[in-house]
Amino acid sequence: MKHTISVLVENKFGVLARVAGLFSARGYNIASLAVSETLDPEVSYMTIVVEAKDEKVLEQVNKQLNKLIDVITVTDFTKKEHIDRELVLAKVNYSSRDKAKLEAIFGKFVGKIIHHKADTAIIEAVGDQDQIKALLEELDKFGVKELVRTGKLAISN
Amino acid sequence: MKMTGSQILLECLKREGVEVVFGYPGGQILPTFDALYEYKGFKFILTRHEQGAAHAADGYARVTGKVGVCLATSGPGATNLVTGIANAFMDSIPMVAITGQVPTALIGNDAFQEADITGITRPITKHNYLVKDIKDLARIVREAFYIASSGRPGPVLIDLPKDVQVAQTEFIWPDEPKLRSYNPKYIGHPGQIKRAAKLIMESKKPILYVGGGIITSGASAELLELAEKIGAPVTWTLMGIGGFPSSHKQSLGMLGMHGTAYANHSIMDSDLIIALGARFDDRVTGRLDMFAPNAKVIHVDIDPSSISKNVKVHVPIVGDAKQVIVEFLKEIKYKPAVEDWLKHVEALKKKYPMGYKDKNKILPQYVIQQIDEVTGGDAIICTEVGQHQMWAAQWYNYARPRTFISSGGLGTMGFGFPAAIGAKLGSPEKTVFNIAGDGSIQMNIQELATCVENKINVKVAILNNGYLGMVRQWQELFYKRRYSYTPITSPDFVRLAESYGAVGIRVTKKEEVKSALQRAIETDNTVFIDFHVEEEENVYPMVPAGEAINNILGGLA
Repeated sequence: MKHTISVLVENKFGVLARVAGLFSARGYNIASLAVSETLDPEVSYMTIVVEAKDEKVLEQVNKQLNKLIDVITVTDFTKKEHIDRELVLAKVNYSSRDKAKLEAIFGKFVGKIIHHKADTAIIEAVGDQDQIKALLEELDKFGVKELVRTGKLAISN
Repeated sequence: MKMTGSQILLECLKREGVEVVFGYPGGQILPTFDALYEYKGFKFILTRHEQGAAHAADGYARVTGKVGVCLATSGPGATNLVTGIANAFMDSIPMVAITGQVPTALIGNDAFQEADITGITRPITKHNYLVKDIKDLARIVREAFYIASSGRPGPVLIDLPKDVQVAQTEFIWPDEPKLRSYNPKYIGHPGQIKRAAKLIMESKKPILYVGGGIITSGASAELLELAEKIGAPVTWTLMGIGGFPSSHKQSLGMLGMHGTAYANHSIMDSDLIIALGARFDDRVTGRLDMFAPNAKVIHVDIDPSSISKNVKVHVPIVGDAKQVIVEFLKEIKYKPAVEDWLKHVEALKKKYPMGYKDKNKILPQYVIQQIDEVTGGDAIICTEVGQHQMWAAQWYNYARPRTFISSGGLGTMGFGFPAAIGAKLGSPEKTVFNIAGDGSIQMNIQELATCVENKINVKVAILNNGYLGMVRQWQELFYKRRYSYTPITSPDFVRLAESYGAVGIRVTKKEEVKSALQRAIETDNTVFIDFHVEEEENVYPMVPAGEAINNILGGLA
């Protein structure tokens, strides 16, 4: 099962390596990771998505995260109410006659064409994981050439 | 007053109460060694290998309870500390390791003798620091000592680039460190303590299972009081040796793979395990799904990540062993009805006694018993890792904490001899033995020079059987006696000791054992005693790896 974990850390060099090391040492792949400063520039916020093969191992990782000196708090959002969003940038095939069809998609999704050339458009879209998945299915019909994603951001509500 | 980084480092160490630093010089730590020249703030011991320095600092910390300190240069000096740091990490030993580093401008350039030691030691330190600005140095040293010695102790590394050692700044002794993200919890949850006390009072077959946390928290006296109050038998892990007097009538000795059969049977038959500062290591539990099937578990540990890691815990209590035991003593109003249980345990002791069959050659167990006798059980016993370590755990009567110094978690051959050097410096009035095998002693034998040069008087009892004995035992039992690279040759240990200026004694007959030990103790020098022991003696009892811990090989029964 996929877990979304947020970690509030001291904004210092090496912290990301310490946090990532606890996952890699157990052979766990981090599915997505987003890190940035918070209101307090000395504190950073990480949102980590990880596929847990064994819940016990993940519980151990959470406890070990809490033990890191530079970690302030750890929250596993899996069983907690939260809002999550991800931003994607997609480069899709484009021709002027597709414009209307493409823009019709954004009736359903939060997004827009932010740049286009004769044969390519760059789409920006924001949504939760289900919305992003549905959007990508729509965009596939045009042909996605390149895709970048921020990884999930999560916040408690 | 303006001071250099190196001077600030030494001043901070002195103010932290450091008595001795173990180390080895090199290019990128030269400014600090220059500051050490004729420095009188603490003793500096030059080892012959950085690994020796790390283990010596570790041994000193285990004996004194204080933070052990080691110092090395960058690159190979730093990487040579790594085994010692990992060893301290696994056994929760407070240590501060300081390494030189190439100047900050060169970091990341593959400079000469550069190694990313903070990266390398990240998973084997409690925390580590790369000091990039001299203004941070004093604060970092204070934090390092605070982190190393508080909560679940552990090693902290400080990597100090050469330009930071040379830079100058005003020295300000920082206030006590306060870290918003690190607040070790010492007091157990009162509700959980009440629940635990109720379980204890209602139990019929309780057993106390204690580990290194008893030693770390200084809880021996409280443990004794608790044990006598509730009447439960007491068993301990390798790290818990000395936490409870082994001669006490409630003592069951060590449990687990090479524990006493009666300790293993007792914990399997128990209905309540009171685990204090122990972590249900695989060497203790054996096959997990068959471990103590009818027992409820109270688990007291200062480290939340140790609880419910291996076994299911009914009452978890995060806290310091000593403080929690004190609360237990208040909450336990009456002694549980344990009479039948104690009769059962006594019967187990009679049915499965510890013993060995005598042979013509010197038996290693006998040597340990003789060391016990001639020292009156009052020595500090260090060990290497292997068969001799298990015999030292089984056959010496430890009465006090911090008298058994051994590499538990990592199982580091070569630990014992340098650890004995640290132990002797930490406790100079005591006789310090290193019980070794002929394999292990050769892993850090260069430290003989450190002993002789500094007149550090250590007694090394080598149980010389011509094999890497523990591996040979496994090959005998599980690999059809195919002794693949376990027969091992050794130098003439007597002449080797003499060549370093120490004393060597060879013992080949049983009747010479005691007198040789007495002579060694009376000799005002480091002594190597080369005991030629029975070659293929095995450590028993033994639970094969992965088996239930009442599935026991060997023994007299």
